[in-house]
Amino acid sequence: MANSITAYDTIAAISTPPGEGGISIVRLSGDEAIQVAQRVFKGKDLANVPTHTINYGHIVDPATQDVVDEVMVSVMRAPKTYTREDVIEINCHGGIVDTNRILQLLLSQGARMAEPGEFTKRAFLNGRIDLTQAESVMDLIRAKTDKAMQVAVDQLDGNLSHLIKNLRQDIFSVLGQEEVNIDYPEYEMDEVTGKMMLEKAQKVRDHLVQLLKTANQGKILREGLATAIIGRPNVGKSSLLNYLLHEDKAIVTDVAGTTRDTLEEYVNVRGVPLKLVDTAGIHHTTDKVEKIGVERSKKALGQADLVLLVLDASAPLQSDDRELLKATQDKKRIILLNKTDLPAALHPENLEALVTDDSRIISVSILKTAGLDALEAAIARLFFGEGIENSQSNVLVTNARQYGLLAQAKAALDEVITALQNEVPLDLVQIDMTTAWEKMGEVVGENAPDELITQLFSQFCLGK
Amino acid sequence: MTVPEYTADDYDVIVVGAGHAGSEAALAAARMGQKTMLITLNLEMVAFMPCNPSVGGPAKGIVVREVDALGGQMGKNIDATYIQMRMLNTGKGPAVRALRAQADKNAYHRVMKDTLENTPNLTLRQGMATDLIVEDGECRGVVTNTGARYRAKSVVLTAGTSSRGKIIIGELMYSSGPNNSIPSIELSENLEKLGFKLRRFKTGTPPRVNGNTIDYDQTQEEPGDKTPNAFSFTTKDADYVTDQMSCWMTYTNEETHKIIRANLKRAPMFSGVIKGVGPRYCPSIEDKVVRFADKPRHQIFLEPEGRDTSEYYVGDFSTSMPEEIQQKMLHTVAGLQHAKMMRPGYAIEYDVIEPWQLTHTLETKHVKNLFTAGQMNGTSGYEEAAGQGIIAGINAALRAQGKPGFTLGRDQAYIGVMIDDLVTKGTNEPYRLLTSRAEYRLVLRHDNADLRLTEKGHTLGLIDDDRYAAFETKKQAIQAEMDRLHSIRIKPGQAVDDFLASKGGAPLKDGILASDFLKRPEVSYEDLAQFMPDHPDVDRRVIEQVTIQIKYAGYIAKEQQKIDRLHRLEAKKIPAHIDYNAINGIATEARQKLTKIQPETIAQAGRISGVNPADVAILSVYIEQGKIAKVG
Repeated sequence: MANSITAYDTIAAISTPPGEGGISIVRLSGDEAIQVAQRVFKGKDLANVPTHTINYGHIVDPATQDVVDEVMVSVMRAPKTYTREDVIEINCHGGIVDTNRILQLLLSQGARMAEPGEFTKRAFLNGRIDLTQAESVMDLIRAKTDKAMQVAVDQLDGNLSHLIKNLRQDIFSVLGQEEVNIDYPEYEMDEVTGKMMLEKAQKVRDHLVQLLKTANQGKILREGLATAIIGRPNVGKSSLLNYLLHEDKAIVTDVAGTTRDTLEEYVNVRGVPLKLVDTAGIHHTTDKVEKIGVERSKKALGQADLVLLVLDASAPLQSDDRELLKATQDKKRIILLNKTDLPAALHPENLEALVTDDSRIISVSILKTAGLDALEAAIARLFFGEGIENSQSNVLVTNARQYGLLAQAKAALDEVITALQNEVPLDLVQIDMTTAWEKMGEVVGENAPDELITQLFSQFCLGK
Repeated sequence: MTVPEYTADDYDVIVVGAGHAGSEAALAAARMGQKTMLITLNLEMVAFMPCNPSVGGPAKGIVVREVDALGGQMGKNIDATYIQMRMLNTGKGPAVRALRAQADKNAYHRVMKDTLENTPNLTLRQGMATDLIVEDGECRGVVTNTGARYRAKSVVLTAGTSSRGKIIIGELMYSSGPNNSIPSIELSENLEKLGFKLRRFKTGTPPRVNGNTIDYDQTQEEPGDKTPNAFSFTTKDADYVTDQMSCWMTYTNEETHKIIRANLKRAPMFSGVIKGVGPRYCPSIEDKVVRFADKPRHQIFLEPEGRDTSEYYVGDFSTSMPEEIQQKMLHTVAGLQHAKMMRPGYAIEYDVIEPWQLTHTLETKHVKNLFTAGQMNGTSGYEEAAGQGIIAGINAALRAQGKPGFTLGRDQAYIGVMIDDLVTKGTNEPYRLLTSRAEYRLVLRHDNADLRLTEKGHTLGLIDDDRYAAFETKKQAIQAEMDRLHSIRIKPGQAVDDFLASKGGAPLKDGILASDFLKRPEVSYEDLAQFMPDHPDVDRRVIEQVTIQIKYAGYIAKEQQKIDRLHRLEAKKIPAHIDYNAINGIATEARQKLTKIQPETIAQAGRISGVNPADVAILSVYIEQGKIAKVG
């Protein structure tokens, strides 16, 4: 159904991550979304079903009449849709081959392959969402865990926008007053003093510093905490990996698009998404590749935000262990003394001289799944620390653009503060104050220069 | 009875109205070699100041210098006729310093009239333009109430507050231009017939009192500056007026406010008589008392109107209360207890042309070769009028010569900021320039107006070769001194350290460049000079430039970055005759605004109120995707 605001052509894409998930969704958006879907659908007449209904049926190749898959098709008519265009979502049975085939059928029937981020771009261009929200949607897509989902959703509600708008108002209150002072010098009005400006600048700056601190957590929620499991051969790395990958913790099995030889796997530990790096290295440790285990471990360290260093508690400390302890001393790490089910030859006390930082040392038996609760708790604590989980709102800075702008705003405020301390005239100080205000405006899309738009959309991933 | 028409002279450019906009417009056109006629209702009111007797102030003072750098007259005229000169905001940074002069009103008028009378190519005439000659969508001249049909290649209208002017004093209301002059009625009607959208604005002026009846002992004296300053580049320090007249400050009080409150029902602003929109930044005293009810007093400035008159302007006491009440109000004020009112304050309603109907050259979009400037475009202030006047005059002359138009950007002049605001955003109240309207005010300083615009004025033929040579000399002197300070090293030593210690600064560890030494907040150029061997005699205006350019280099560079970004957006042109209805997803309000204003660039589109970044994004995407051709 055509609509005055929707004259874009119809686009299609698989909007669930590729892989062997339970269900995959193929999405269509545009003027002809319903017609295009109808051409490959056998079931109800989609053109006549009520909007926002889910309809059972089959996808049939119109050329061969082959049944491709058994599906549920959601029909959502403009404007109350994600893109404000007519939208069709085909829920199919997930196999990559079938999903791709459905997509191809749709493309053959008049849809165009969506460009990366094009659904969100349309939502944005159709006035459905503002910039922060658009970015949140992007983060939503990438969200790897429920926790991350919550942050992304909070941002859709505009929590970050709200906070930043308030901070901008703070800045504006002195900016505005100073302008009055400049334009009406002969009048007896409250003069903005350096002190007032300094107070505001410091207050906003402090808030920004707090927000920027959350950025790393935001990034982790989105991208996962890069985690390396390391240790010399046969200490239990593989068991730990298997433990983490089982018990419903594995959330995304594959980002690269193939199922074997994966380099990264995602697990969810108490809300913390871990991106396990170089898992192939661990999978292969039973082979002859084992020889290079330690070297490889060291290499994996480079990319890791968190290191799980596994030691064998049933054997005395070896030179390889010492080497790894040393190699990880500057990392955020948790040291696991595994094999507590065997007679102990290595005790936590033995490590005291070697572990001088506050790294957690946890005794576990991965085989008997003993002590693993403590491990999970330690991971959660490491990530959430005091702050996030307990704070009332989940206002996080979750992407690089927001981070960059807020960092620039903070830098501008730093200059304001320095200048005020050097007694630079206020109207000059104000230039940086204004910059801070503008940068924060860009975060919430109130001051978007066109580069922003270009950058923004280049970041979108395919599909929604 | 209709007056029979007759064919009068032909001109290149005709300017209607000889206020502050019209005078500049006519002078610019004539100086650019165009046969120009300036026609005005009353020759006794050429460059008349119907309101405050002053020129300049924050932002406005910078405009005066810009007009001067372009070869305009306002700066020279006030320099020749001021009775007080003050530099404002001296406690603040260089970006917002501003010069303001108290004018001798009558002298100001006389000197401007004299200049107009003695300018080659310029004919000054008394008369009332009642209609425009418009053929094929082009303006080809004007018709007067005496029946004269003057043809011209281009026409500039600067009708000011005369357009269907209406004076209101309490319950009294009558048709009038400013200060009881004849209003211009038919011209407004004919503009409407041509399809122009007009609206009503309101402004006002305070009463005048006889200075001999002021008790100055109860007021606070505000004298002028001792240090010479001038608006025009050409004015010499030696000509600085030393016997200046003072202004005097006093206050309203509870008694004044009581009278105002008791008579509000007789105030046209509150009784509903006045329909026009008044300026927020220049409210009447009754407005102030109502809106700021908790303020126990308001400042009042008593300003002399000239040397040959005893009239004093009661500044910040603008009112349209009935005459009787005005008198009572005045008598409550310290120093004015026995003051004799000479003229009552009044409110005036008048027509303005909605300025979004203009392009950046101030030509109307609707009728070619027709330009409008000044208060008629919705501004307030003599300086704002002059700034538009010179641009309209230049463009009318260029049009008459068949040359492309001349515009100034927001990064080039306050005049550019003002015109862009007017044509991009329109205005809902009489528009006054404020420093806060300029995004790049550290670059748009009053001290560098000559550096910004003299070159342009010269190219246009408005700056003569002698002055241009003097300007070049100054420019070279600035460069030479900059180079010198960037080459001389200040060596550490007892004298330097003692000096720094006295200023609370850290001692020098190593020798540093003189320019770096000057960058220290505690060091002035004069301080620096004593540590430089063979210090030459440097002109103080050169010193000022060098000091600002060195001390604030970091801030200036920052603004330059912003300007570069503006230029990138200005470079994104919007195709003419774009159909905004064909672009999906632009919000309705934005669509209407874009259609109405027809911005020329993406940057300008982004400045339209009601067009939000998402709309601009869509527009950019639309243009970039080249869909224009596709949508029919």
